Amino acid sequence: MSDGALIALTAEAAAARIADGSLPAAEYAEAYRARAAADRAAADDGLNCFTWVADSVGDHRAGPLAGVPVAVKDLFCTAGVPSQAGSRLLEGYLPPYTATAVRRLEDAGATSHAKTNQDEFAMGSSTENSAFGPSRNPWDRERVPGGSSGGSAAAVAAGLAPWALGTDTGGSIRQPAALCGIVGLKPTYGSVSRYGMIAFASSLDQAGPLTRNVRDAALMLRHMVGRDECDATSLDYPLEIRLPAREDLAGVRIGVPAELTADGIEAGVLARFSEALALAEGLGATIEQVTLPTAPHGLAAYYVLAPAECSSNLARFDGVRYGHRVEGADLTEMYTRTRHDGFGREVRRRVMLGTYALSSGYYDAFYDRAQRVRTLIAEDFARVFASVDIVATPTTPTVAFRLGEKTADPLAMYLSDYCTVPMSLAGIPAISIPAGLVDGLPAGLQLAAPAFKENELLDAARALELALAFDGSAAYV
Amino acid sequence: MSDAARYEAVIGLEIHVQLSTRTKMFCGCELSFGEEPNTRTCAVCLGLPGALPVANARAIELGLMIGMALGSELAPRSVFHRKNYFYPDLPKGYQISQYDQPLCRGGHLGEIRIHRVHLEEDAAKLIHVGASGRIHGSDASIVDFNRGGTPLAEIVTEPDLRSAEQAGEWLRLLRTTLRQLGVSDVNMEEGSLRCDANISLRPSGSDALGTKTELKNMNSFRFLERGIRAEIDRQREILEAGGEVVQETLHFDPATASLTALRSKEQAQDYRYFPEPDLLPVAIDEAMLAAAREAMVELPAARADRLERELGLSAEAARTLAFNAELGDYYDRALAAAEVDARALANWLSDLVGRLGDERTPAESSVTPAALAELVALVEGGEITTAGGRQVLDVLVREGGEPRAVVAAQGLAAIGSDDELAALVAAAIDANPDAAERIRSGNAKAIGPIVGHVMRESRGRADGAEVARLVNEQLGV
Amino acid sequence: MIGRDEVLYVAALARLELREDEIEPMAAELSAVVGHIEKMSELDIDGVEPTSHVVAVTGALRADEPRSCLPRDVALSQAPAVADDGFLVPSPQA
Ligand SMILES: [Mg+2]
Ligand SMILES: [Zn+2]
Repeated sequence: MSDGALIALTAEAAAARIADGSLPAAEYAEAYRARAAADRAAADDGLNCFTWVADSVGDHRAGPLAGVPVAVKDLFCTAGVPSQAGSRLLEGYLPPYTATAVRRLEDAGATSHAKTNQDEFAMGSSTENSAFGPSRNPWDRERVPGGSSGGSAAAVAAGLAPWALGTDTGGSIRQPAALCGIVGLKPTYGSVSRYGMIAFASSLDQAGPLTRNVRDAALMLRHMVGRDECDATSLDYPLEIRLPAREDLAGVRIGVPAELTADGIEAGVLARFSEALALAEGLGATIEQVTLPTAPHGLAAYYVLAPAECSSNLARFDGVRYGHRVEGADLTEMYTRTRHDGFGREVRRRVMLGTYALSSGYYDAFYDRAQRVRTLIAEDFARVFASVDIVATPTTPTVAFRLGEKTADPLAMYLSDYCTVPMSLAGIPAISIPAGLVDGLPAGLQLAAPAFKENELLDAARALELALAFDGSAAYV
Repeated sequence: MSDAARYEAVIGLEIHVQLSTRTKMFCGCELSFGEEPNTRTCAVCLGLPGALPVANARAIELGLMIGMALGSELAPRSVFHRKNYFYPDLPKGYQISQYDQPLCRGGHLGEIRIHRVHLEEDAAKLIHVGASGRIHGSDASIVDFNRGGTPLAEIVTEPDLRSAEQAGEWLRLLRTTLRQLGVSDVNMEEGSLRCDANISLRPSGSDALGTKTELKNMNSFRFLERGIRAEIDRQREILEAGGEVVQETLHFDPATASLTALRSKEQAQDYRYFPEPDLLPVAIDEAMLAAAREAMVELPAARADRLERELGLSAEAARTLAFNAELGDYYDRALAAAEVDARALANWLSDLVGRLGDERTPAESSVTPAALAELVALVEGGEITTAGGRQVLDVLVREGGEPRAVVAAQGLAAIGSDDELAALVAAAIDANPDAAERIRSGNAKAIGPIVGHVMRESRGRADGAEVARLVNEQLGV
Repeated sequence: MIGRDEVLYVAALARLELREDEIEPMAAELSAVVGHIEKMSELDIDGVEPTSHVVAVTGALRADEPRSCLPRDVALSQAPAVADDGFLVPSPQA
């Protein structure tokens, strides 16, 4: 089978054909492995999606995903395989264990032969903050793929992986999915184990799928959710994740929050958003204006809570047990040099910000206040979900921006997550699907639902996906 | 007015107790007892990237038992916090501890009030290895993470103690209490019981609190008392010279009996406490309380109270039995074995302890609790005299056996017939004519040699009071 | 505004070296972000409870049952410096 034909297969279809014997698992996996290896070998001429690619395809277990390879964000620990979180400090780090989310996919038969590039420790919205160089957007190589799961998003969009595993703290799955024209799902907080995912902001981090269609996102999620005794914050997912089959939206009430659909959203992105809403109405949905009055403060709360937690989570990178160390005249100098040289600029900035926010005398004004704002945002959503089933917004305020365009202005970069952060703070599931192109670049449509309503969310996303009929093949390399 | 009376010491203790669980506080590693370095570690207690803590249910149960024993208020909902600081023995860069919602609040042990009891994880062990070629130009240490993550209960008293001796005595009571509860080995030399003291001085009679210092590293009861005494003396000298005590942390060196201040650099602490996002609040439910209650045993303070109030023992005898659990248990078993006077039994047990000296305890001796009880019953029933009882006890200590059989074998039964005793008395008067003459002329005190003669001849089988009555009768006084 | 002393204090707490030419830019960047964050103070948060955990459940505890430990050579395998079967560090007292 040609590469083109293989890429055209959804992961779901590939799994079915491997299962019925019409597609040899080794051929399918090797095709993707070779494409990933070629991108890695191409260095600056490629997309720089990968930080590691296996020399050969390994064995896989029997199961519903038997033989389907999944590209894994570098933030996940994988036993004996470099797990570097995009950081110089962890360059070459080989963990002794595999993250639960990855292990569950492997238990279902999936294989993993590639690790994907990312913003260092998942801090960023462009994948430019990687110690291993920026990834590029397959729609326009001079532009960013978004981030932090930019390597995963670009690889899936470019057909270098059938699907990929990412993580989302304030938008790190949804935003790159939107910028690369693919599907990205952030599940309900607690539904997927965080064990083995190198922590950025523990109370927000969630693993999720990046795929080329909604059913694949549902398929991957089905095999990831569930309580893990190694993660005290993980929960029993209350029901099975279904593969969505709905083609209409009859009876579905969609709320459109004014706060996230006006100010600061590019006209082109807003145009695709409005067209998508019109399609939804055509499928039988009702569209209602709703308000999330606290949502505009989401970024402010997020940029207290996430840096605060990261300042603590990253304290373990001290040059003692693993990772790089820079020697110094004494212990303190060893620490400060190791962390200065090991961490990139954005990580240092966030560690500083978080340390500041937690330091004596500032806790109430920053951390405590941000936690209360978080409560208000969750209450906003609860109120809105009393009258609608789904909340819809553009995923990002802009389409993919140019490499280097926002690196000098942290605040401008942070605004990339303006529409995605409120759902993260509320812990609710949200998905981004491609809404169309703006001057040749993809724009995303974000749909959000109440906690544990992934099935309803995926149903709505699937129906809209069919109606939108987005064609991402122009991004295949 | 003496120096000692001019100032009053105000002392509070902070006690860290290693809990007797099988595994560590937040991971499944077994607790270490002198194993080879770094053989009791895992991803969690090494603080590897991506690892997450899960709290040990048994540690929480042991914490609740401590709270119950101290009469604390048990929190229905208890929260873990992160205490952030860098040190090589702290793998994550923070200690998981508790802050404003500890497991237990308030309570008391004896007359000393408890401020709080909370749970936390122990640090690893740092071993100083001196100059190392590997680390240029500076002293080196190695870290052994076997101890890291051992569950600790931190018990904090109110500043109710007034002297080094009182602090030492109270800490012994706490140790006995915790040992009897079975929650810890409470061994100061081995580090399973560690104590810091907060010490200040104030003018006698004043309610104000002076500036306090914190005294660390007192790893035996002797050093604790010596350290506190030294610090009280040091502060008194400062105050008497018109100086001011500086708030600082001091290290007591038992070898030189000197106090050294830890460098101010290490004291400038800003721990940036915030709620541990990896652990959900612990809800203390009825089942957990019931399990803890079930595991409770009678504690020294309650036992002393029972012995004094219900059995009429002297306060001193009650404390002796209550604060030595093994002795107390021996006493309770003996008391259950025969109907004897509780006070008499306590006296006989004290007699037995004296005979055994430091070599053996009553429980280790050949005298069973039942045998001791039978011995007391024989004396109470007049079957043997007190002196005869002592001889029986000698035999029991030497050879063991049944008191009644010993009495028979050694012919120690009290002389029952008046005729036999009268004959012995007559013989004694004949043998001591001078004493007899003095008694006749009114000197009652001269009876000693005659009674002594009868006792010797009867080998203690005669009742002293009866002998005296017969002497007076036969001499006609 | 976050000043030089404050930046140096925070950097010391975070054990991050800040080179001379990095201090002013860091102060400026932090000030800009903090300026944005302070917009939260417009919100009325009286009577609002803080959210530490967005999942409204209480803790899953672990039974006190041993699990296998890492072999020592694995535990030490990623360390930058090892001696005497332990992790070698500059002495804190030095
Ligand atoms: Mg403590
Ligand atoms: Zn462990």
